[in-house]
Amino acid sequence: MSDLEDLRRTLPMVGAEPAILDDTRIAHVVAHGHHILSHRTVPGVRVELEETPDAIIGQLIVEAGAQIAQPIHMCFGLAHPTGVQQIKIDVEICEGAQARVLSHCLFPVAQSAEHRMQAVMEIGPGASLTYTEGHYHGPHGGMRVLPHATIKIGPGARYFSDFSLLSGSVGTLDIDYLVEVEADGLAELSAKIFAHKTDHITLKEAVMLRGERSRSLIKTRVVLEDQAQADIVGITEAYAKGARGHVDCMEIVQGRAHASAIPIVRVFHPEAKVTHEAAIGSVDKKELETLMARGLSPEQAVEMIVSGILR
Amino acid sequence: MPVPLLDISALTFEADHHPILDRLDLSIQPGEIHALLGANGSGKTTLAYVLMGCEGYAPGGGRILFNGTDLLPLKMYERARLGLTLAWQEPARFEGVTVREYLSLEKPDFDPAPVLKQVGLDPDRYLNRRVDKSLSGGERHRIELASVLSMNPKLAILDEPAAGIDMLSITHIIDIIRALKAAGGSVLLITHQEEVSLIADRASQLCAGRIIFSGSPREAVDHFRGRSCVRCDGEVCTYVRP
Repeated sequence: MSDLEDLRRTLPMVGAEPAILDDTRIAHVVAHGHHILSHRTVPGVRVELEETPDAIIGQLIVEAGAQIAQPIHMCFGLAHPTGVQQIKIDVEICEGAQARVLSHCLFPVAQSAEHRMQAVMEIGPGASLTYTEGHYHGPHGGMRVLPHATIKIGPGARYFSDFSLLSGSVGTLDIDYLVEVEADGLAELSAKIFAHKTDHITLKEAVMLRGERSRSLIKTRVVLEDQAQADIVGITEAYAKGARGHVDCMEIVQGRAHASAIPIVRVFHPEAKVTHEAAIGSVDKKELETLMARGLSPEQAVEMIVSGILR
Repeated sequence: MPVPLLDISALTFEADHHPILDRLDLSIQPGEIHALLGANGSGKTTLAYVLMGCEGYAPGGGRILFNGTDLLPLKMYERARLGLTLAWQEPARFEGVTVREYLSLEKPDFDPAPVLKQVGLDPDRYLNRRVDKSLSGGERHRIELASVLSMNPKLAILDEPAAGIDMLSITHIIDIIRALKAAGGSVLLITHQEEVSLIADRASQLCAGRIIFSGSPREAVDHFRGRSCVRCDGEVCTYVRP
């Protein structure tokens, strides 16, 4: 079976249908390691990627004013147990454009492999990008994933990101995002991760509210079991009049797992405001008992609570 | 005299060496709505938690028979599977869980729309909402009652079911309590609201962890309102003295 077919078959693990790769209305890129296996563009979208021995390098551009009806699928992965993949990509959503990008990161059989993503995203004035990133790292826990990105959100632009890793093992995950928001811009960053065994998560998301009336939300939901560990840092700094930010982190810890959550908020303007909430602990006792009083076993109750939190 | 559905005898519970339930006796018949009255701190909610088997509420002594089964060795969910349930005074909120899921727990074929209508909520508006902090206190209370209705329990313990509900909606709550009875269930109704307690078949007054009066709801309300408590002689129940 080909590498393309291997990755294709794994798409349902991140909630995507393999048939999207056959649909001529949908732009996509599929890459295994440093090889581009398949790609398609649609009007308004330019994808320029280059294979090199050390990385795939390139850019994704959505042209000014373009409204891309179907999500753009970026499917990166490794179809083999070992290997390295490095992606260096610039994403530009030009003025007034709107697009959704679904990034599928698939490492179904990884035993000792690494994926690095270095992205620079620019969302132009009045533009909008919804970036949904679904990961599947297989069952072995041998994956090391380092997505690092700098995102610049222009005046009046909107950026929504949703990172999820909910099935299989995490391995080692080190996320580092820096977001800069200009006047009237909006950034919403959401991450949902379920970690098991010896998985290790480091998640750092920083939002700089540079412009007046810029707004942001960092929302993180992490559930840890066995001996997994997570260190979560959510930073929001507000520099301008009317800037509003909120950091909301919840970690559920079970078994011998352990977690830290550090919300850092800084305000440099008297008319800006940033709030935060962070909670770490076991499953809420009252929620658990409410469900058990309806007849659910403790295991069924925990499963329902956790699946709700990670939704 | 029929065999009681719930038969509590000499139930004791202490917290920090302080008696909360003191050799409490109480029985509830099948199909009975039984109101439990008492001042704050008299032990009403503690009794509810002990009956349900909540963590940290194991009694120090006594016996609880439910439909002839000794409840005390059973875990909370095992009690629920026998047909006992509890609606909390402050219901929990569940991030991400929809009203539909909450009302259909482990019952994939259950249609939750009728029970939502029964509590006065439009299924089209509420079934896909989340049981989280986006709901008002009154909405959450109603959904809690819908959840109890969906279980069709033999005995529902309702802890202040009308708390936070506007006056106009109290008749709705009363209808729900009657619906539980009409479905063949019994209700232990913990309430401070006179108009709610008066729908009960019987009522008991609790003071300092012991039942001090049982009778008709009107008698219990009058007793609660108009006299010094025979047990505490006004030490606990002072605020109800005339």
